[in-house]
Amino acid sequence: MIAELGHFSLVMALMMALLQAVFPLWGAQRRLSAWMAVAVPAGRAQFLFLLVSIVCLGISFVNNDFSIEYVAKSSNSSLPLYYRIAAVWGAHEGSMLLWAFTLGLWTCAVSIFSRSLNEEMLARVLGVMALVSIGIELFILFTSNPFDRLVPSPVDGNDMNPLLQDFGMTIHPPMLYMGYVGLSVAFSFAIAALLGGSLDSAWARWSRPWTLVAWVFLTCGITLGSWWAYYELGWGGWWFWDPVENASFMPWLVATALLHSLAVTEKRGAFKAWTVLLALFAFSLSLLGTFLVRSGVLTSVHAFAADPSRGLFILIFLALVVGGSLLLYALRAPMVKDNARYALVSRENLLLLNNILLVTASASILLGTLYPLVLDALGLGKISVGSPYFTTVFVPVMGPIFLLAGIAPMFGWRQAEPGRIFKRARWVFLASFGLGVSLVALSWNPADFKSMAGLSMAFWLASSALLSLYSRVSLRANPLDGLRSQSPSIYGMTLAHLGAAAFLVGAVMSNQYSVEKIVRLAPGETTELGGYRFKFEGVKEVAGPNYRAKEGSFQVFEGEQAVAELKPQKRVYKVQRNTMTEAAIDPGLLRDLYVALGESMEGGAWSVRVYVKPFIRWIWLGGLLMMAGGLCSAADRRYRLQARQAEFADGGLAGAKAG
Amino acid sequence: MRFVIPLIIFLTMVIFLGIGLKLDPREVPSPLIGKPAPAFELPQLADAGKRFGKDNLKGQVSLLNVWASWCVSCRQEHPLLVELAQKNIVPIYGLDYKDSREDGMAWLSRLGNPYVLSAFDADGKVGIDWGVYGVPETFVIDQQGVIRHKHTGPITEEAWQKTLLPLILKLQKEGSAA
Repeated sequence: MIAELGHFSLVMALMMALLQAVFPLWGAQRRLSAWMAVAVPAGRAQFLFLLVSIVCLGISFVNNDFSIEYVAKSSNSSLPLYYRIAAVWGAHEGSMLLWAFTLGLWTCAVSIFSRSLNEEMLARVLGVMALVSIGIELFILFTSNPFDRLVPSPVDGNDMNPLLQDFGMTIHPPMLYMGYVGLSVAFSFAIAALLGGSLDSAWARWSRPWTLVAWVFLTCGITLGSWWAYYELGWGGWWFWDPVENASFMPWLVATALLHSLAVTEKRGAFKAWTVLLALFAFSLSLLGTFLVRSGVLTSVHAFAADPSRGLFILIFLALVVGGSLLLYALRAPMVKDNARYALVSRENLLLLNNILLVTASASILLGTLYPLVLDALGLGKISVGSPYFTTVFVPVMGPIFLLAGIAPMFGWRQAEPGRIFKRARWVFLASFGLGVSLVALSWNPADFKSMAGLSMAFWLASSALLSLYSRVSLRANPLDGLRSQSPSIYGMTLAHLGAAAFLVGAVMSNQYSVEKIVRLAPGETTELGGYRFKFEGVKEVAGPNYRAKEGSFQVFEGEQAVAELKPQKRVYKVQRNTMTEAAIDPGLLRDLYVALGESMEGGAWSVRVYVKPFIRWIWLGGLLMMAGGLCSAADRRYRLQARQAEFADGGLAGAKAG
Repeated sequence: MRFVIPLIIFLTMVIFLGIGLKLDPREVPSPLIGKPAPAFELPQLADAGKRFGKDNLKGQVSLLNVWASWCVSCRQEHPLLVELAQKNIVPIYGLDYKDSREDGMAWLSRLGNPYVLSAFDADGKVGIDWGVYGVPETFVIDQQGVIRHKHTGPITEEAWQKTLLPLILKLQKEGSAA
């Protein structure tokens, strides 16, 4: 019964989405208030039906209803309760339902927080979001219905993929989807503005907080995914340039560009056409990511269900959404006039440069991700593009971005005086590079230019972010006053740039100075690595709820002092019979100690992988700082105040027109 | 004009993605195709005392299906294999890959045994020689013991009708002509 209720709710949600698309979009074209007014209630009703639907699926998982094919495929009665709930999005069908639900959630949020929008704009935004909803709900109903029954129903389920049985992985998909789908809001605002011909700074002001929040979620999802890969896959790596990872990274890069470009459009009224295009790209890349992951055109370590009929559906959907929006852009964008004037050396142009670099980075990742596919399509053979390509193209583009991010906030809008800025920043610049070079030379390796460049860049970015905050604050006589008078978006920017610097430190240091060793250890033996001594105490059997494990025990000493006890496991999951390696990690701000069990050998000995990874935690710390920065900016009260003022202005205009 | 460029680029991409959909990324060409099957000699699954080797494959067109009791896709493929075995078109040999003897036997008795016999490759060494990198995989071997085709992943009805069956019939005809 519950499954049928869920299925029915999903169909109802589709009906609501149809209402939410047809009436408001047509109404906005014809200026029919009553038709446009359908958007808000239909959007909320659609969300409620999606909520019922996903809750029904959740209940089926909790109750172990294995007569539902999807539940039988991805859960098991011995799976702990929280994983059974997370199993809702543990495989293809459910994760598409989560996608649709997330879109419903954003729709509902827009309907609540956009009271300041004029009715035409709101109707168009919700209408465009509904078009996307219709596509995704049709996709679920026709190709991947999670409520399909299985006859005869099995006694027990096939269990969740053991790789996904992990805390990080249970919240990673919802976060990532909140980010992916959240970009649909900026997309819908852009389409609505193109349809209505009202590409102005009010449009940018409305889009900005939504884009910020979506970006924060996307950052969170990517950070979690990388953290998960690090401790769960057991190779000690944190980023693999896997097509599925790239699928989330490309929209992130474009969304980052979009955030910066929106700032220019809002503050200066420049780059309008470009900003719209970025908003279209960001969501298009999210959709493309969904296509790549779900259609199986690319193989990946994530290896999700691949089904060509699903792929074709998503491809048609992608072609309609992206093709349609780019066609609209081609028709409408030539009419957009940029009325802002600015000098060659100005913050506008530096941000444009930042945009170009970020988009280039994203495009080169897209190229690397699709290149094998294109070669294959042309019959030129099968190749795979791996991290050598990506590091070669990505690093040279990111270097200038970090340099720019340091200097750009000191430049004024419209026109800047590079001489003065140079004078103010040069000591900080020289000090950063001096510190970076000498630190690496003295503590590690005097010939390691990569680390020197990386660290110097990170120091430069961090110190210049603080310097630019200081120069704003020092305009007031009283420093406390100065601190208080800064808007949250200034703090947001500073935090996010500090986050980028922290990330860079983590990436460079862990890349250059990680040490690893694969050794054979019998109980009682020790091995030395990176100044630490690892003592293997033996292996014992432990039992988990749905697995058996061999658990090793290691004492780690630094000198004579015990610093950590590590217990890595080798698990065998009962149902799927997969063997999983659970690494044990002793985290630290300056270094991680990482031990994973390999194969068991004769005489109670084991092959053991030991890593010491300096500063690796800074990678995710950087992600956290960026998220904090994004939230800080999104909380800026000016968006709400100005939005309200905009409402008065629009009201006045509409009144004047009516009069 | 410059505003149309994004649309053109995108449409080009869609064409390639569309072609990409028809291709199977798992279809990596096997270097073994057209070469004699790698030599092997393994105990049988049902009876550790009896052996099974490369020479047993000669003299007839046969399928070698690599499977394991821990493999989820094998379970999906299994009913089709059982059905094919009943039709008696071609003998199907099994290679039980990185499995335990009890699990393998229990699996066959529960789901039915489509195999003439299964070789038991406990440590997966023979699988390495055959270039197995994902289970299930199915090899088509001709009368001379030469590998003529490799199918990666579960055999689908479509793959059977379009690729495997025509090839097997052709090879059987070739063999009887010679």
